[in-house]
Amino acid sequence: MKLPTVGDRTPTDQDVTTYTVDDKSVEIVSDSGEGAQKCGQIFGAVSAKMGNGVWTVEIIPAEVEPPPRNPAGASGIRVRLGSEPVTNWGDETNLVIAFNEQALLGRHRLNALADDATILIENMWATHPDPEIRDQWSAAMEELSEKDYRIVEVPMEDACLDVVDNPRRGKNMFVLGMLAWIYDRDLELCRAQIADAFRKKSPEVTERSHRLLESGYRWAGEHLDFRYRIPTMESKREMVVMNGNEAIALGAVAAGLELAAMYPITPATSVSHMLGDVFERFGGVVHQAEDEIAAAGVSIGASYSGKCAFTITSGPGMALKTEFLGLAIMTEIPLVVVDVQRGGPSTGLPTKVEQSDLLAAIFGQPGDAPHVVVAPATIEECFHVMTTARRIAEVLRTVVIVLSDANLATGVAPYPRPLLSAEWQSTPPDQRPIPEGQRPYDWDPDTGISRRFIPGQLGGEHTVTGLAHDERSKVAYDSAVNVRASTMRSRKLAAFQSTLRPPPVNGDEHGDLLVVGWGSTKGAIEEAVERARREGLAVSSLHLTFLSPLPPGLKEIFSHFTKVMTVEINYSDELGDPFITEQNRRRGQLSWLLRGATLVDVDCWTRVLGEPLRPGKILGAIRDNLPKGGSA
Amino acid sequence: MSGESCGLLHAARDDDRVFDRVDYEGPVARWCSGCGDHSVLSAAQRLLAEKQLAPENTVFVSGIGCSSRFPHYMKTYGFHGIHGRALTIATGVKLTRPELDVFVVMGDGDCISIGAGHWVHAVRYNVDMVALLLDNEIYGLTKKQTSPTTPQGYKSNTQPRGSYLPAMNPLEATLGITNASFVAQTAEWIPAHLFATLKAAYEHSGFAFVRILQRCPHFTADIFGEAAKQPDRVEILEGPGGIRVEALDAIYKNKVEHDSSDLAHARALAQDMTAIRLGIFFEDESRPRYEETRSIPQHSAHEKMELLEKEFERYAV
Repeated sequence: MKLPTVGDRTPTDQDVTTYTVDDKSVEIVSDSGEGAQKCGQIFGAVSAKMGNGVWTVEIIPAEVEPPPRNPAGASGIRVRLGSEPVTNWGDETNLVIAFNEQALLGRHRLNALADDATILIENMWATHPDPEIRDQWSAAMEELSEKDYRIVEVPMEDACLDVVDNPRRGKNMFVLGMLAWIYDRDLELCRAQIADAFRKKSPEVTERSHRLLESGYRWAGEHLDFRYRIPTMESKREMVVMNGNEAIALGAVAAGLELAAMYPITPATSVSHMLGDVFERFGGVVHQAEDEIAAAGVSIGASYSGKCAFTITSGPGMALKTEFLGLAIMTEIPLVVVDVQRGGPSTGLPTKVEQSDLLAAIFGQPGDAPHVVVAPATIEECFHVMTTARRIAEVLRTVVIVLSDANLATGVAPYPRPLLSAEWQSTPPDQRPIPEGQRPYDWDPDTGISRRFIPGQLGGEHTVTGLAHDERSKVAYDSAVNVRASTMRSRKLAAFQSTLRPPPVNGDEHGDLLVVGWGSTKGAIEEAVERARREGLAVSSLHLTFLSPLPPGLKEIFSHFTKVMTVEINYSDELGDPFITEQNRRRGQLSWLLRGATLVDVDCWTRVLGEPLRPGKILGAIRDNLPKGGSA
Repeated sequence: MSGESCGLLHAARDDDRVFDRVDYEGPVARWCSGCGDHSVLSAAQRLLAEKQLAPENTVFVSGIGCSSRFPHYMKTYGFHGIHGRALTIATGVKLTRPELDVFVVMGDGDCISIGAGHWVHAVRYNVDMVALLLDNEIYGLTKKQTSPTTPQGYKSNTQPRGSYLPAMNPLEATLGITNASFVAQTAEWIPAHLFATLKAAYEHSGFAFVRILQRCPHFTADIFGEAAKQPDRVEILEGPGGIRVEALDAIYKNKVEHDSSDLAHARALAQDMTAIRLGIFFEDESRPRYEETRSIPQHSAHEKMELLEKEFERYAV
């Protein structure tokens, strides 16, 4: 361990080394409630506004206020900056700002830090009156010395006391000031971003935060000997910066969805917070239902009445809504369901990412329940997917499940500002009287599609039912009707599938290994593939947006690669584990799906670490899984 | 409802159609003969004719169970949903289309058991609709299982030695829910009282909860089947805010004086389950209605996109 280098001297300009890098990650870790995330969000937004590529990921404990100074309760945020657009959270972090050594230990033990990371740590604990805390500090420093970290002690609390009475409230803004100096951020932009972040609080909060920002900036300038410069790329397009949940909420507004019913669940809830803030100003209704089931029921009732409604939840809520999804599919009522996936099963990892709901989303409804499942891969897609989902739901009269996840939900990144179109707000359904003889399920035999009857339409009176029914919506138990209705519901998916294009291959269309992914892993997979290709490996990747139905052409694409392997954030057995054979191995969920659909022996590499995949780890998996005799 | 977001409730139609009861009649009901559901169906059709409700603007929502087949036998719009969840669907309908007249038909298993959570919250939401609990105190469609309202000791296929616990009291429970605005009880074997109660429920602005005591000729014939033959067992609530059916005076002589605005008295009357008390227990139209708690602006697609552009300014880089 290197000795602390600051506090005892003031570096001159000559002492400061500025490193120019094109990719840098910083983590801010603290106890819950100390504002590390707010600090990182502001820092990320300012960096994006200055033209850097940015990706931020929140590190959130499951509790609101877990016991302080506890490695498992570490709360924080990682901000990855780049000269070019950043599509994922990267590998290990290079710079850490820690509010206490225990939160830092939590990240250290998860191997989140680069071996040579620089750590700026609050040092009040070293001299704390409580001997137990002083001992914990010493033990932590001992443990941290395993790695070649550069640890810089910072008297944050002392420095903040110069500005405020209670440094616990505001230390984060001091840290923001330090970061602003280290990365040479525009202080005016910082001030404006702070003012926006605290716009709902009293002006004193913003004013105090500004003073802390300046104090941190000044302290860093007087004491630190390193700075980073990350060149920015001139962007030709106007950009916006937000997280995936905010993008979904604004996407729902853009899509003209008019009712959102939900029940609070992590990590989906922030969509509802956002909607609660903006949706009703746009003429929508946000209904916080008494439970997940009711949220589905209210949405279906609203869609039945002629609007298109949506409900948003996470895995446990999906399970509760299952029966209602079947009803919407059976009665052919359009419905958009957003599942912001978290770790599971059961309560699982509420705040952490997993992609384990795929098969449940597609096949989880009892009976044959054909519907559409789509997964946005980026924050930009989180915005646009809502319009797509609504359109599909209304045209096909079925359920569209949108699979987001905790990585997209809390990841913040800039994306090109959407060129909004009023046409996204579909026109209300045809409300004219129903001509004599038309029936509520006049299925087109080729497409299975039929016209939707809306209450209020003269001559369209009928009762929709979850029971088997014929074209008139009359309950029918005979085989012929059941076969026909089942066929028509399924045909809608086939007809829709015929409109999809084969997905584009990232990299050469021939090679040794094709990595297939879905959802939020796209950025990390493509970064890993690019690095592998720079190493000369014949690797390409394919990313699937539609999971049900699958797009056409997959078998053909797969046939040009020696090996196909999915990369996913869900569980799979490893060959070589006790009892595991090729036959009984439980595979990654997309892998199951692709094997069934293509009869290709699709392998998988999956992890359930409770964090987004790191491109470096995927690169390792690519190297390990190249078929023998490959080009490496 | 706020006029800004929707048409006026129960707005008069601007056409000159005149509806007769048959205009609301769907296919012949497939309930058992002697089932109380028939009586409720007739009363509902009579109510719609009396109120001249346009069939296309009327929605019957139900769950699962014998009584939940109800919408199929109406010639209006209908939604035969899933077990216990009718109230959630109805809430969704009413939140988006407040101008529609919505009736919810539930059985005792549907409303009081599997859908109990929704029942409690629907009462509190106080969304303007009529909710009918068709309570025959047994599961019928699945063939005689104990329901929450099955009398203690009553034998069923699931509790063959008799129901273990005292029956739930839906009236008392509903009257205990915050923001309840209309709670009434009637019996299907007294059509005049049933009709008068449904009419009062329909005329109520807010969530009108009506428990309808009902015979099941197959499985609980000995419960209300007997009561139907003994008018002396019935007590009719009368007084301010109540309903008055003079034609019944000759048969139903037991009267209880009750002011329907007196919640404490309503609760006291509801508590005693040995008496069959019929009438409006409680009504208060001043209770807040969920759909009126906010004023939702109306914007054209273009206006929305202009607003959205402004929203994006906050996120602009």
